[in-house]
Amino acid sequence: MTALPPVADSVDAQGPVLRLIGVTQQYGTGATAVSALSGVDFEVRPGELVAVMGPSGSGKSTLLTIAGGLAIPTTGEVVIEGAYLSEQSPRELARLRRRSLGFVFQDFNLIPTLTALENVTLPLELDGFRPRVARRAGRDALASVGLEAKADAYPDDLSGGQQQRVAIARAVVGGRRLILADEPTGALDSVTGEMVLKVLRARVDAGAAGILVTHEARHAAFADRIVFLRDGRIIDESRRQGAETLLSGVR
Amino acid sequence: MSVRQSLLAILDQGPCYGYQLRAEFDRRTGSTWPLNVGQIYNTLDRLERDGLVEKGDVDEHGHVYWEITDAGADEVRSWLASPVQRGHGTRDELAIKLAVAATLPGVDVADIVQTQRRASLAQLQELNRAKYAGANPDGPEELAWSLVVDSMIFAAEAEVRWLDHSEQRLALHPDHAMALELSTDKPKRGRPVKEPAAVGRTKRDDTPTAPGARR
Repeated sequence: MTALPPVADSVDAQGPVLRLIGVTQQYGTGATAVSALSGVDFEVRPGELVAVMGPSGSGKSTLLTIAGGLAIPTTGEVVIEGAYLSEQSPRELARLRRRSLGFVFQDFNLIPTLTALENVTLPLELDGFRPRVARRAGRDALASVGLEAKADAYPDDLSGGQQQRVAIARAVVGGRRLILADEPTGALDSVTGEMVLKVLRARVDAGAAGILVTHEARHAAFADRIVFLRDGRIIDESRRQGAETLLSGVR
Repeated sequence: MSVRQSLLAILDQGPCYGYQLRAEFDRRTGSTWPLNVGQIYNTLDRLERDGLVEKGDVDEHGHVYWEITDAGADEVRSWLASPVQRGHGTRDELAIKLAVAATLPGVDVADIVQTQRRASLAQLQELNRAKYAGANPDGPEELAWSLVVDSMIFAAEAEVRWLDHSEQRLALHPDHAMALELSTDKPKRGRPVKEPAAVGRTKRDDTPTAPGARR
């Protein structure tokens, strides 16, 4: 697909892309300490989309922030593509973040003065790839979300759904395998949101691993697994079952 | 009932014979409610009795073409123009279960909510998969199918949202519920004396059933 070298030489293609091991996140100390996450164990494998649901304040966003290496947990380990984040220097950590994962936010977070293609290639250029190589990878990523033709458009000229697809392309550009999506359809109408989720699902089916934080059950249904958080703990988890239920008798 | 009205609406497009009517209904509903030919003929007989359709030409294969009458066409217009009155569905069963469970000492309603939410989400996942299983997503039959599946998807989603909402309401309650021991005050036979606090609370049973609503 691209001429880019693999993100890390030792990456186990089938092993978990992300693992959280006994992750606890505390804010404050002593008697006033608040646990945003308590003893969370969690992993996502390639080709797997995991939805995280839970009421406000249950720790969903903290989980995503920690999974993305943007915050260091109080205790526990985060392992991205085999690399223990606690063992990385700040520089290595920044490099790992740039090369292994991409965030997709509710409000798209595209840079308005850059074209769609430039937005997508930005993480690669920051990583020192030659513009020609980055552009080729960027076009591939845009094609994978059906937006080849919009490469030179600016975010303002794109619809909300198209902007979010650009954000997904940015998240997977250059073979990055971990997509962290925080309410990615929150700003979109239901039909457009569904299209965005189909694109996200397709990228995961193509080999990425995804975490989807959402409070909408309809969207969580696109996931292979749904994890329920309450008060910073995983209280339940449901896996997709066989296809033989419900509709088999109907159709 | 929607089958009767749907068949009538199809006949409003032109005369059809029984088997043809069945095929038309099928492809317009994504084959979600397959009807047998017996149901079709029973419905046609009743429509004929009510003066909404009549038997027309017979072709060389012996197919009887049914035609809509003016009264039938009026019925179609009025069906399309009026809202569907919903009956009480299974959600009420769930609401009652949750309401009762919330009053039972020693029962964790949060567990009941989660068990239900899990089931509803599993159902949503199945529906979602079924929705995208079709070969040609842009074909008319796939469209009909996805419209029907969407209605089930949104109903399941509504249930999950209501569960989320109920869970939070219960979590905010001091005892996480309002555990009621069995009352020592045994009710007497006959009409209970009306207490002032009860005034203004409408009982569900008092809700009038809209005319024409059927279950």
